[in-house]
Amino acid sequence: MEMLQITWFVLWAVLWAVYFMLDGFVLGLGFTSRFIAKNDTEKRILINSVGPVWDGNEVWLITAGGATFAAFPTTYALMFSYLYTALLLLLFSLIVRGVSFEFRGKIDSSTWKQSWDNAITVSSFLPALLFGVAFGNIFKGLPMDASGYHGGLISLLNPYGILTGLLFVFLFAVHGALYSTVKTTGDLSDRAFALARMLWIPLLLIAVVFLGYTAYATKLYDNYMKAPVLFIIPVVAVLALVAVQAFMFYKKPLKAFTASCITIVFVVLTGVAGLFPNLIPSSLDPAYSLTIFNSSSSQYTLRIMTVVAFIFVPTVIAYKIWVYRIFRAPVTEKDVLDNHEAY
Amino acid sequence: MDLLALSRIQFAVTTMFHFIFVPLTLGLSVLTAWFETKYVKTGDETYLRMTKFWGKLFLINFALGVVTGITQEFQFGMNWAEYSRYVGDIFGAPLAIEATVAFFLESVFIGVWVFGWDKLSKKAHLTSIWLAAFGTNLSALWILLANGWMQKPVGFIIRNGRAEMNDFLALVTNPYGWFKFLHTVTSGFMVAGFFVMGIAAWHLLRKNETDFFTRSFKTAAMFSLISSVAVALTGDFHAVEIAKVQPTKFAAMEAVWETKKAVPMHLLLVPDTANERNSVETASLPGMVSFLAFHDFNAEVKGLKEFPKEERPPVLPVFLSFRLMVALGTLMIGLAALAVILPRWSRFLDFKIFLYIMLAALPLPYITVQLGWLVAELGRQPWAVYGVLKTANGLSASVSTIQVAGSLFGFTLLYGILGTIDIYLLAKYAIKGPDSDSSSMITVKEVA
Ligand code: HDD
Ligand code: HEM
Ligand code: HEM
Repeated sequence: MEMLQITWFVLWAVLWAVYFMLDGFVLGLGFTSRFIAKNDTEKRILINSVGPVWDGNEVWLITAGGATFAAFPTTYALMFSYLYTALLLLLFSLIVRGVSFEFRGKIDSSTWKQSWDNAITVSSFLPALLFGVAFGNIFKGLPMDASGYHGGLISLLNPYGILTGLLFVFLFAVHGALYSTVKTTGDLSDRAFALARMLWIPLLLIAVVFLGYTAYATKLYDNYMKAPVLFIIPVVAVLALVAVQAFMFYKKPLKAFTASCITIVFVVLTGVAGLFPNLIPSSLDPAYSLTIFNSSSSQYTLRIMTVVAFIFVPTVIAYKIWVYRIFRAPVTEKDVLDNHEAY
Repeated sequence: MDLLALSRIQFAVTTMFHFIFVPLTLGLSVLTAWFETKYVKTGDETYLRMTKFWGKLFLINFALGVVTGITQEFQFGMNWAEYSRYVGDIFGAPLAIEATVAFFLESVFIGVWVFGWDKLSKKAHLTSIWLAAFGTNLSALWILLANGWMQKPVGFIIRNGRAEMNDFLALVTNPYGWFKFLHTVTSGFMVAGFFVMGIAAWHLLRKNETDFFTRSFKTAAMFSLISSVAVALTGDFHAVEIAKVQPTKFAAMEAVWETKKAVPMHLLLVPDTANERNSVETASLPGMVSFLAFHDFNAEVKGLKEFPKEERPPVLPVFLSFRLMVALGTLMIGLAALAVILPRWSRFLDFKIFLYIMLAALPLPYITVQLGWLVAELGRQPWAVYGVLKTANGLSASVSTIQVAGSLFGFTLLYGILGTIDIYLLAKYAIKGPDSDSSSMITVKEVA
């Protein structure tokens, strides 16, 4: 009976983790590119390096949202309405980011392009921060009880929320810079690499503080105490984060990027494993926490959705791998310059 | 204004804005794929240039369709939390399925198509645009099955204080959803057909690239004619379904107040809502409304007075929108038929008036699809899910009037700016015309 809810909890976690792994580098590239690229051509190289994949990556977010709706409708309803203003900012950012890529190159004027460059920076930075703040607050629990929600935008900006926000920002920044390193050549690639190496140090510091502070600010570790085997998850996250540095030291950007993918996935899983069986704990009274049992769809709906997910998610993964293989080569200056229609 | 009014306006504004871009995507993806198919089959360079030119406009339009779609996905939870909680068990499923089976397909293969010109074989490249076009239309199917369920709820029982799904097959085979899908997709094809014809007419008036644009025009004309006939047929069947399952909507569409047999259609009619009657009724076609409702001239049609006032939709806007949709639809069948016939005539390019008319007709299908949605959505009021959940009961409890006023302001401003830019860019690239150097284009890597 409970198997289906647990299955969907795992799937829910995986969808978010994959989304952050994939959009993480697009967002990171978006707000680090102005520190990496020196001229318009270099900016275009960077933007075009995510050109074929960014929309497909964003669909993981839409699927994560849709899956929440279908499998845990009460959570979907309350989470989205409670976090109204934060989500609105997120939405506006994602909207602006999406059109920036398409619009930037369509008019040949430096003011025009600079405006969209600024738009890309802000609209990539904000989602990274906001997702972190939102997840930090979910880990911590939202102030909700029988009479509803007792928070607002400002109450989300508590120290733990901000810390998680920073963690996401730096995770994505390193991730994006490593992606830029792998997908470009020459000087540009070197500069991206240098930035990744520089940002790794603050990232490590924030990660350590985060892991420690989590013990005070949240109840996430309760599950770990009950089932210590779970500690494997944060351990993998930390090892992967260290591996990022090791691979960078040996000048292996692709391997460092892979390690960074693993880091992000396991950071998300670390938090979510601590939440179980909650989706959103109540910080006021655990009786009002939204759990996978009290907020889920009926068994019938979950069964249908499980069949759909088990057929189509692997199919999607298969063709996405194919696409990443086709576009694995770095984007060069020639690719972009030869073509007056580039982004 | 109260929370309900603001939330409804915001939903209407954002959804209708999304639906400015969606129908062109539905149709132009198919037309672009068609041009590329011709190119791969014949090797004719002009078809390659057609693929690139119309494909570019497709992409500029697509960008806004995608970003406004995300709003739609979030909004059910943000503004209609009680609605989402109450019906999520069944309504969430098609939305999640849409994302997994359709959005991935469409977004991934559009990326492949745009950036894959020199990385894939011609056949593989062609396959990618067909997959994208298929994904796009598949997404319409699932969202319209979701909306069809709101119009005619099936396959559920009320249990545990909400609507729970108990028959997925009924949801997937809901005739209301399928009529909606067929009618909407074919109307999207009309939008694309008239879009291509309008832009082609603009260039033909200036004698630019006459071969290129005559061929584009002819293909689009045939596409428009077939789809406009299909739109009328599916619309007619749709109306029969509505008369059966949503008598209040049907009565409002035709402004029928009294329940009667053999209801005539009045070509000229002015509803008078306050007095629950029509102040003007002339030029009548006997039994026509009965025929439209049940395909039987003598059938009995339920009038609005049969229902309590608070269960009736706003009559005037539904009636007017429906009238205008049908009128414009009929007009466009005529235009499409002329557009198929006239280019066979050798002096077609000198027939400037017709080209001007086709240019002016470009916005007509856009207006018509919006009117259609007004009929569908306003006509369903006061229900969000017909007979199951009132719109007023679907609101988010935790959201304040100020928040929604702020977000509505934000959406209007942001959408206004982005919409203006997008339409400007569409016009700019449409006017610029196709690139002339076709030979280098196959080898040069295309980057969006
Ligand atoms: C080019 C666009 C276009 C044209 C020419 C027509 N329609 Fe339409 N119509 C739409 C575009 C559209 C639409 C935007 O696609 C709608 C909105 C919801 C839907 O399912 O389709 C719609 C809705 C809609 C509805 C309400 C559906 C509902 O409540 O769920 C009816 C009854 C019709 N149409 C009937 C017709 C008839 C009899 C037409 C005769 C010519 C017609 N339409 C032409
Ligand atoms: C699957 C697709 C759709 C769904 C699920 C849907 C659902 C809804 C919901 C929940 C509301 C708000 C509550 C209400 O007032 O009824 C609404 C209202 C509305 N929708 Fe849709 N809608 C869909 C498609 C569209 C599209 C594509 C358009 C137009 C382009 C549209 C136009 C409207 C309008 C104009 C209203 C306002 C009616 C009013 O409240 O005054 N809808 N719809
Ligand atoms: C109110 C309900 C709706 C929701 C929740 C919704 C959701 C979305 C989302 C999330 C996207 C972005 C996908 C991406 O990132 O690639 C999108 C795009 C799209 N939607 Fe909607 N949508 C709604 C209404 C409609 C309707 C009524 C139709 C068609 C009849 C439609 C057809 C499309 C199509 C074809 C696209 C892809 C490209 C484009 O938008 O131009 N949508 N939608």
